[in-house]
Amino acid sequence: MSDADDLLAMYRQMAVIRRTEKAAYDLFLAGLVKGTTHLATGHEAVAVGASAALRADDYVFATYRGHHHAIARGAPPEACIAELMQKSTGLCKGKGGSMHLTYAAGGMLGSYAIVGAHLPMAVGAAWSAKQRGTGQVAVAFFGDGATNIGAFHEALNLAAVWRLPVVFVCENNLYMEYTPIGAVTAADHPAADRAPAYRLPADIVDGNDAVLVREAVDKAAQRARAGDGPTVVEAETYRHYGHSRTDPAKYRPADEVELWMKHDPIDVARARLEALGVPADRIRQLDEQVAAEIAAAVDAAKAAPAADVAEAFTDMWADGGAQWRR
Amino acid sequence: MAEVTISYREAVAAGIAREMRRDPSVVCLGEDIGAAEGVFKTTVGLFKEFGAERVWDTPISEQAIVGAAMGAAMTGMRPVAEIMFSDFLACCWDYLANEIPKVRYMTGGQVTVPLVIRTANGGGLGFGAQHSQAVENWALTVPGLKIAAPSTPADVIGLMASAIRSDDPVVFFEHKGLFASKGPMPPEDHVVELGRAAVVREGTDVTLVALASTVPTALTAAERLAADGISAEVVDLRCLIPMDVTTVMESVGRTSRLVIVEENPYQGGWGGTVASIVVDEGFELLDAPVRRVASANVPLPFADALEDEVIPTADKVVAVVRGVAGY
Repeated sequence: MSDADDLLAMYRQMAVIRRTEKAAYDLFLAGLVKGTTHLATGHEAVAVGASAALRADDYVFATYRGHHHAIARGAPPEACIAELMQKSTGLCKGKGGSMHLTYAAGGMLGSYAIVGAHLPMAVGAAWSAKQRGTGQVAVAFFGDGATNIGAFHEALNLAAVWRLPVVFVCENNLYMEYTPIGAVTAADHPAADRAPAYRLPADIVDGNDAVLVREAVDKAAQRARAGDGPTVVEAETYRHYGHSRTDPAKYRPADEVELWMKHDPIDVARARLEALGVPADRIRQLDEQVAAEIAAAVDAAKAAPAADVAEAFTDMWADGGAQWRR
Repeated sequence: MAEVTISYREAVAAGIAREMRRDPSVVCLGEDIGAAEGVFKTTVGLFKEFGAERVWDTPISEQAIVGAAMGAAMTGMRPVAEIMFSDFLACCWDYLANEIPKVRYMTGGQVTVPLVIRTANGGGLGFGAQHSQAVENWALTVPGLKIAAPSTPADVIGLMASAIRSDDPVVFFEHKGLFASKGPMPPEDHVVELGRAAVVREGTDVTLVALASTVPTALTAAERLAADGISAEVVDLRCLIPMDVTTVMESVGRTSRLVIVEENPYQGGWGGTVASIVVDEGFELLDAPVRRVASANVPLPFADALEDEVIPTADKVVAVVRGVAGY
């Protein structure tokens, strides 16, 4: 494939994520999605850029802000939307919800809602890959807020000591929930600045440029596959919405918001496509295709049956049941 | 020919070694388990036989140990993680409370975690408040964990085989007070199914349900009660999850009295679950109130005399059973 084809595929995936997140937002306002959602709008380039650098059999671990990672690893948007809508066709049969989207078929081994908990899991998956000699890489995506929790440090240390094929990708969106990360962290770059203490290389990249993210993760993955151990990638990005559904994000200065909104990852990719000579019509056509695809996914999710109540007592144990006594 | 015996301590390493020989996906990780062969000498010989590729020394880093075990279990390995003292489970409790037991369910069955977390549990050795607790009830508070707590060397080996072969996560409590105890060496293919209690002494007047260290305590009490003409049946529960309610209920059906002997604290102890089931489902079987002999609701004190005051002893069991027998 040419550079333009590669980039078009990435652009398409980002457009799918953007539309899916917008659908989640609208469905929430319509009362059709309950609980909470942590939308990844604005973070698309991190998931798509990283995924483009990975093999189909690599492992990915994400956070409760993880819709983009599930989709980037191939989860059907319809199943993601259906999961949010508590439908039986949901990705996790209605047992996971927005914060736990998982697509194991694509190596996406879960979205975890306890901050930092999945970093040691990614280390374990990398350890397993090393043991089995498969050449697989494990990637942990996490927010800037996770860099102050013990599991982050335990994961980096063990991965470094055991030289494991793992890539730690921080999605630094400048805010730890509602608080500026800089106000609560004794490091300018919360992930990258910690890496040298564990003798790990770190890259700081524009997380809104999928091509640059792909480059950084590709370099890190190659290093991992060569047996040279883990890398930290800090991708700087920005949320278009608040932390979660209930957060209007009023704490962010208007000029900061404006600056980042002008640096939208989809605009960045579109500009790159235009620079490569891809006609504007082609991009518009693709946008329309994606819009229709997600609209159909929403319709299908709406039409799907509600989660089957019998599922409350399945999938507990490996035998499929929930029996705890005899 | 004299019977071949093995200590409880040796049985731990023997049980793991048997599974490592039969399945190359079994790997061990933990603090000081490799070259040092474990602070309790429960991993003696493993590093020598299987090498650094399968027996991994870790830093003091409980979240990394258990989290990495989880990630490895999700991706084709069967990790056996050691948490040196069960008190330290609190340092990685997120994995036992929020991650390991929930991931299969919340992903709609997409992910399975066949792992074992082994840990030295319980008191009686004068290690004080942060190295002596019996915390098997902690694991019982979270649906999604299987829980084994053997009382004999043969059960250590048999339950270890089941735990490692299980596709579900198992928390395996090895009792510190039993490490030096000895018993018959089980045959090479010995497997004890998870969730099968054992009637270790038959009796007609009262059922004593016990687990791990409280099994020998209950047996000692039963011996003394026999001298008083009270016939006690002793059920070794062996596992808390799956819980063998059937065996307990059948025993209570024979004796009509139930005393539960548990080392974890009375408040929140596993005996409360056993008692509630028996009272709910077997009230007509009972001729006396269900009683629990558990640790007192205080931290474990250091001094021997104080520790004895707090944890269950044969004296306490005998006194409680005498009261129940008089009903």
